[in-house]
Amino acid sequence: MAYSDKVIDHYANPRNVGSFAKDEENVGTGIVGAPECGDVMKLQLKISEEGIVEDARFKTFGCGSAIASSSYVTELVKGKTIDEVMEIKNTHIVQELSLPPVKIHCSVLAEDGIKAAIADWKKKRGGAQPKPEAAKAG
Amino acid sequence: MNGKGVYMDNHATTPVDPRVFEAMRPFFTDVFGNAASRSHPFGWEAEKAVETARDEIAKLINAKGKDIVFTSGATESDNLAIKGVVEFYREKGNHVVTAVTEHKAVLDTCRALERKGVATVTYLPVDKYGLVDPDAVRRAITDKTVLVSIMYANNEIGTVHPIGEIGKITREKGVLFHTDAVQGVGKLPIDVEAMNIDLLSMTAHKIYGPKGVGALYVRSKAPRVRLVPNIDGGGHERGFRSGTLNVPGIVGFGKACELCRVGMADESQRVLGLRERLHEKLFSELDDIYLNGHPVHRLPGNLNVSFSYVEGESLLMGLNGSVSPIAVGQTVQPIAVSSGSACTSATLEPSYVLKALGVGDELAHTSIRFGLGRFNTEEEVDYVAERVIHEVRRLRELSPLYEMAKEGIDLKSVEWQRE
Repeated sequence: MAYSDKVIDHYANPRNVGSFAKDEENVGTGIVGAPECGDVMKLQLKISEEGIVEDARFKTFGCGSAIASSSYVTELVKGKTIDEVMEIKNTHIVQELSLPPVKIHCSVLAEDGIKAAIADWKKKRGGAQPKPEAAKAG
Repeated sequence: MNGKGVYMDNHATTPVDPRVFEAMRPFFTDVFGNAASRSHPFGWEAEKAVETARDEIAKLINAKGKDIVFTSGATESDNLAIKGVVEFYREKGNHVVTAVTEHKAVLDTCRALERKGVATVTYLPVDKYGLVDPDAVRRAITDKTVLVSIMYANNEIGTVHPIGEIGKITREKGVLFHTDAVQGVGKLPIDVEAMNIDLLSMTAHKIYGPKGVGALYVRSKAPRVRLVPNIDGGGHERGFRSGTLNVPGIVGFGKACELCRVGMADESQRVLGLRERLHEKLFSELDDIYLNGHPVHRLPGNLNVSFSYVEGESLLMGLNGSVSPIAVGQTVQPIAVSSGSACTSATLEPSYVLKALGVGDELAHTSIRFGLGRFNTEEEVDYVAERVIHEVRRLRELSPLYEMAKEGIDLKSVEWQRE
């Protein structure tokens, strides 16, 4: 199978690999996929009081396209508000990385991962809303 | 190493041995006759070369030349054996016994017969090493059974089945025995007389011969095996397989068999040594890796390993030259191996063979098959080991599963969020 240059680049030089401490209050963690399906992604977002993604980390078990999708999405979310992050669609990842149809599920998983991370962050805050002026920032 | 990379996928195919190629060369341009042309020397010469090759191929499996039927390859041989027997013996019965880890050429042929409603098939399970139990074969045979088809050696995990024991049972029960011997022929001794084999599929390109030529051994005596042909036409090959013979291919196939027969003992020993070296290096450097298949009863050149927490296709990507400058030493060369991971198949299902052994899907996704052969060297083994170890370590640093396992989390107890 031929991989796109961007997939190869993210695979060979993955961005934002690593972990934040899960219990930090400003960190949202999303773990999606399952080992028996061949893909597991852990995406972590560090989110400010104002609801802006300040930093992101990932670790992925999966094929090159899964690694690239998660690496790319960590770049994409930085500096965005959580509302903007919630708008990200997997089709954007497919386009950016030129994923073939058989790899679309990798982009779906990356989308699910960032959304799960935001849901986790919201849950930790007990439903408190971000400060309203933050929505315009970023 | 020649700069073109290290080829360690010899179960998929092998390069043509230069001696085989030399033997074939005149048969493209100088000796171009149709082996079925009886009326002139062009045909006679081609026929003579075909008959010499036929005898040489037969010798490798201790058969008679006239019992060798040439085909386009092992898939056709499997189809001819199974469909041919089922159709010819339909008055006697309609039951076939095979095993779940057979090659698709056998399994899909059986399924096609089931779909048509002309056969019922028993798919025997295998043990955790991939072995079929001969007693299970015995128990599966009914008075309707016309054929047992069990492979000699498995193409993914290299497990070598006790086909001598199975042949004894089928002979005793009066049932025909077919073996897909593609991976075993030329690497391990096989004897159609001693093992009571009635039909045997083989192909040239797995034993350093050309692609596109194979054979089916069809026993002509004690018992005489009858088949309905799959391909009708001019009645070539005792009427079992019509079509003009691929003379250069057959000559190459013959030469390849001769080289295997003469060199098998030494070559198997040498290839086994290389495999042991690779095994030793990987297992001494990496934790949480597992051998798939039988520790002893396996092809000398086969090593199938699951590298926990590292998905197989991502590992292939790091090895196969998709990514050129990942620095390990000075010269990074592509490495050709294969994986049982779903991501390398169109179906998104991991290997059915590993599944049949009871290997969990999570480990099947991490499996790599190394297929060593005649032209591999110690230097290549060391290079491959070094690259694999490097890539597995790198990808484990990226793996959330590895991180969780190191934190002491039991991955089986986690509630995964499935798609």
